[in-house]
Amino acid sequence: MTIVSMVLVAAGVFLLLTGALGLIRFPDFYSRMHAAGKCDTLGSLLILTGLASYQGFDLAAVKLLVVAVFIFITSPTATHAIARAAHRNEIPAWTAEDDA
Amino acid sequence: MPYEFFLGCALAILVAVTISLYRVLRGPTIIDRIIGVNVIGTKTIAVIVLTGYLFDRVEFFIDIAFLYALINFVGALALSRYFESKGVEHPGDVL
Amino acid sequence: MARARRLRAFVILFAFWLVFSGYFDPLHVGLGVLCSALVAVFSHDLLFPYPPSSHTARTMWRLAAFIPWLIWQVIGANLHVVYLVFRPSQIRPRVIRFRTKLTHDSSKLLFGNSITLTPGTVTMDIEEDEFFVHAISDKAANDTLSGDMEHRVAHVFSETLGTGSQPSAGEE
Repeated sequence: MTIVSMVLVAAGVFLLLTGALGLIRFPDFYSRMHAAGKCDTLGSLLILTGLASYQGFDLAAVKLLVVAVFIFITSPTATHAIARAAHRNEIPAWTAEDDA
Repeated sequence: MPYEFFLGCALAILVAVTISLYRVLRGPTIIDRIIGVNVIGTKTIAVIVLTGYLFDRVEFFIDIAFLYALINFVGALALSRYFESKGVEHPGDVL
Repeated sequence: MARARRLRAFVILFAFWLVFSGYFDPLHVGLGVLCSALVAVFSHDLLFPYPPSSHTARTMWRLAAFIPWLIWQVIGANLHVVYLVFRPSQIRPRVIRFRTKLTHDSSKLLFGNSITLTPGTVTMDIEEDEFFVHAISDKAANDTLSGDMEHRVAHVFSETLGTGSQPSAGEE
């Protein structure tokens, strides 16, 4: 059981690191948003469920799962709100032609 | 064994936070900074829970993590709403 | 009707109280009952504004069946982003715009969040029934435009999309 939760947590940490790397490597705001919105959601979800399975079945595990569900709902919503602010302010999107 | 593992994970996430901090400092637009702060907030939740395991006080730290998740969400919404209506200054070279 | 809604608000609030207090002695549970009842009486219409529909139970079941598919999509989305992070030259971003035939607010919310969580697409804006989606590659854009996910969301909320429900697309 410990092995399973350690693998889950390690995968989550890897995703958080990749998301941070994507945040600095991608060329424009909207692509950065892909890295931030997706990797962070699944990364923290994996860490929280991994810790919950390490915990066994008790109140702390239930709380961890509640936090995980909360992040699963709110993180895309926050990403969407920020993206809308960018879109309504007409921040230009990078396309492959801009690189030429 | 788990103690070192949790410590390593927390430190790795802190490295990720440091990397994200570059985006917050560099910008170039305020929206980039907001998403950087939001990302750091999400990572902080994981760090707080891991800290709970390091100090063997998981129950308390989970409550703190949940509050942090709430504040992070409301803060991101408030900031994006504010700059949506206020307008964002962006020079031509935002890419 | 109002009483059923108050009762529902009370049950949800009290469940949260029990999970987050962690004390099950009479004093704390009693305080929980009192607080949940007060909040449920005064602000149930603020917290849970949707009137309970006749489809609620069926919607919940279908939502439960939708979640595993969504999680599968989320894992694919993350592998995709991980690949792109190490190969940033592969991205071909573009903005697509289309009208959806979903009508209810909750189905639009679920659709928008699902687009954000599936590979290569992020919802940028929703104006009435018009979606602005940023796709990171042509394949991701075509996947969204195929309307598969829209049908799944419509199925969850028992909405009919009508004939020719191919989302009408347009480049921005």
